[in-house]
Amino acid sequence: MKARLPFLVFLGLLALGPSLLPEFYVTLLNYIGLYSIVTLGLVLLTGVGGLTSFGQAAFVGLGAYATGYLTTAYAVSPWLALLVGLAVTAAVALILGFLTLRLSGHYLPLGTIAWGLSLYFLFGNLEFLGGHTGLTGIPVLELAGFKLDTGREFYYLIWAALLGAMLATQNLLDSREGRAIRALKGGGLMAESMGVNTARTKTIIFLIAALFACVSGWLYAHLQRFVNPTPFGLHIGIEYLFMAVVGGAAHVWGALVGAGLITILKQWLQDVLPKIFGQSGNFEVIFFGIMLILVLQRAREGIWPWLVRLVPVRQGQRTVAEAEALPRREMPVAGTVLLEVKDARKQFGGLVANNNMNLTVKAGEVMALIGPNGAGKSTMFNCISGVDPVTSGEIRFLGERVDALTSREIARRGMGRTFQHVRLLPTMSVLENVAIGAHLRGSKGVLSASLHLERAEEARLLAEAKRQLERVGLGEHLFDEAGSLPLGQQRILEIARALCSDPCLLLLDEPAAGLRYLEKQSLAELLRKLRSQGMGILLVEHDMDFVMGLADRVVVMEFGEKISEGLPEEVQNDPIVLEAYLGGVE
Amino acid sequence: MDLQIALLLGQDGIVNGAIYALLALALVLVFAVTRVIFIPQGEFVAYGALTLAAFQAGKTPGTLWLLLGAGALVALIDTVIAVRAGALGRLKRIALWDLVLPAVVAGLVLWLEPGDLPLVAQVALSLAIVVPLGPMVYRLAYQPLAEASVLVLLIVSVAVHLALVGLGLLFFGAEGSRTTPFSEAQFNLGTLTVNGQTLWVLGASAVLIVALYQFFGRTLYGKALRATAINRVGARLMGISTTMAGKLSFTLAAGIGALSGILIAPITTVYYDTGFLVGLKGFVAAIIAGLVSYPLAAAGAILVGLLESFSSFWASAFKEVIVFTLIIPVLVWRSLTSHHVEEEE
Repeated sequence: MKARLPFLVFLGLLALGPSLLPEFYVTLLNYIGLYSIVTLGLVLLTGVGGLTSFGQAAFVGLGAYATGYLTTAYAVSPWLALLVGLAVTAAVALILGFLTLRLSGHYLPLGTIAWGLSLYFLFGNLEFLGGHTGLTGIPVLELAGFKLDTGREFYYLIWAALLGAMLATQNLLDSREGRAIRALKGGGLMAESMGVNTARTKTIIFLIAALFACVSGWLYAHLQRFVNPTPFGLHIGIEYLFMAVVGGAAHVWGALVGAGLITILKQWLQDVLPKIFGQSGNFEVIFFGIMLILVLQRAREGIWPWLVRLVPVRQGQRTVAEAEALPRREMPVAGTVLLEVKDARKQFGGLVANNNMNLTVKAGEVMALIGPNGAGKSTMFNCISGVDPVTSGEIRFLGERVDALTSREIARRGMGRTFQHVRLLPTMSVLENVAIGAHLRGSKGVLSASLHLERAEEARLLAEAKRQLERVGLGEHLFDEAGSLPLGQQRILEIARALCSDPCLLLLDEPAAGLRYLEKQSLAELLRKLRSQGMGILLVEHDMDFVMGLADRVVVMEFGEKISEGLPEEVQNDPIVLEAYLGGVE
Repeated sequence: MDLQIALLLGQDGIVNGAIYALLALALVLVFAVTRVIFIPQGEFVAYGALTLAAFQAGKTPGTLWLLLGAGALVALIDTVIAVRAGALGRLKRIALWDLVLPAVVAGLVLWLEPGDLPLVAQVALSLAIVVPLGPMVYRLAYQPLAEASVLVLLIVSVAVHLALVGLGLLFFGAEGSRTTPFSEAQFNLGTLTVNGQTLWVLGASAVLIVALYQFFGRTLYGKALRATAINRVGARLMGISTTMAGKLSFTLAAGIGALSGILIAPITTVYYDTGFLVGLKGFVAAIIAGLVSYPLAAAGAILVGLLESFSSFWASAFKEVIVFTLIIPVLVWRSLTSHHVEEEE
């Protein structure tokens, strides 16, 4: 309750606003609300997802012009026009997303610049949309018999829409899909290996951002009752991005703070600057430009995190509720061949990293892959898990050929992995990092997440993450930031994350590196237990005591090829292996 | 449309295309070396053209004050850093480039009354004012963020663009200007009349492109820039300063931008915000080249120029729409040919 106090005060003030404030401020607040809705989409897209669009104003324009045209030319109900606007926006966003989202990060923003410009010129040149003069006579909005014909009444609709959108966004981010979204920035490859379809996730957030913008445009059209192209140009699109960055692009409330601050500042600058410069014009952009550069250089997180520190809100005790365990995969019988690599070859240009590699892993055994640095072990791992597919050769998993599948599809078939260079999301909690591993064991989508209708499933996912963390011995650290753990424990976290996907084959890339003696012993204990439960484990490791005490079979690699294979004792006495590790006897 | 019109449009398209090609080269250069998507390129075009126009109108261009101010700011920041680091040896260099040079330029402009000078001198003075702004912008806006992601750098670019456009309005007002042509000559090739200015644009573009080619292929600094573009860390380990590379590429981009502006100012009326659209068309060309290939960027630029001039004949109201929609098929092609999950930096 105490934690919610600032929010309740805010809500109370908001509700009283129109009855206390003069007209001018109500109008200003209306605009802040409209801009915040658009900015909120950018928070999701840019701040959280790491993508950017300069074309949000064009989506606002789509919403505004859809209702403007349909209600004036065909006297369609504004509510129906809203649906049409949303449908058109969704179609455009999907096409743009399809075109640009699979390319590197900067193609989306560049694409949206072109899109923002083109749409602006289209609005200005199409006869039926009124050209540069625009459309007038857009009807008053009616809500349950009430006519919303003044700004004071419209105020409540705008702010209700904004608060609804903020709640939905916050809910979404705190869910299975939300974790996938938060993994996009800096964890795309890892997320794919955990079964997240990153291209789909990117498209979803781009779509949501576009739809928010469209709703804002629809509201704008019925508030103003006329539309022309000016507020939908590229410069306004840039301004929205601006609001997000200044407010705090990674925070839902940053949208409101940014939109509020920039709107008020702009109003003030437009009053003051012409007096200073003695001529009129858009001089506020000079200040906004410089301010944005300074914010990016000095406080890239924006204003919101700084504001939060001023208001001391104590976080309540966090717990993970008990929940019914998730259904488990049927484990193959011990001794079945899980993985079969046949004549695998991997080339990077002229460099052959793997050549003629053959190996198998059976259920209920630990197979160790060893070899000097640079022997191609991690490359082999990436080939098997689909992160970086083989050039030629065959890889079968559970009898099925997987060498042409993506890492996501391979993960779905029951292969879990860790990475040699730890890949986790350092600012997210340990628990949430591990829960990403369980991505494929949930099915609830974005819509139920934003309405929090998936709490039962979410509780089961988090309980599973907690169970796996306790299993690997990190039960004390559930709510710590993942980045604050020492490196050895971060590797253990990756094992918990892989276990969370309920795999039947586990690929571990140097899991014991950075661990202390006792920690290594408990890791070995854990792996033995997993083996006894029928799990197949493929292990890359440099600690020979660890490997030899644990492995059932060993494959030795050098220069990308297999040089020896057998039981640990056989391999240890193989003269070829001794030569590879210790050099030849002259 | 008869042949006469087609030739006329073609000539128009190639002239514009040559300018877009220059800009596209600069954009590819800046992106490759610094990972900055240089949206403000267009402002250098406008500044170059309008500074020259101000001289010809007998006025002192506002860009001169910007040069002095930016120079003083850079000098102040660098001096503080140098003093804190105890590296007083840097001070001489700072004073020379950021204070003395702008002051000399200002002295020349105020003393010479450039309105009466020959065109060559006016052009030289315009370049002397606008080009040093390039490295100064790099120093102030980008250098503190040099290691940030492409996305952050892009947002900075947009911010710099906004600030420079606003300043452009302040310095030059909302009215457009044209400058006197480099040459009034006209040549008749069959039915086609070719203006002297057209030849100037084509000639200057060709000379610049060859010069850049030589610079990158033959000189130590050119090779240093290429090395930085290929591998920043590697270049640094070989003793190439990435700050130097950044400033140098911005100097080149500013120079190319300002010169482009000066070349087109006699052909079209340039407004304070003209540069943005011109620069973006250079961008379309650069995107066609995937922001990496110089020859492809040049070819793309000619394509953009031709498309623009022909669409201005067929559907003049939609000419911008058509040009910017051109990148869509390019993006389709690029997205169909690339199919790996890449890890963003």
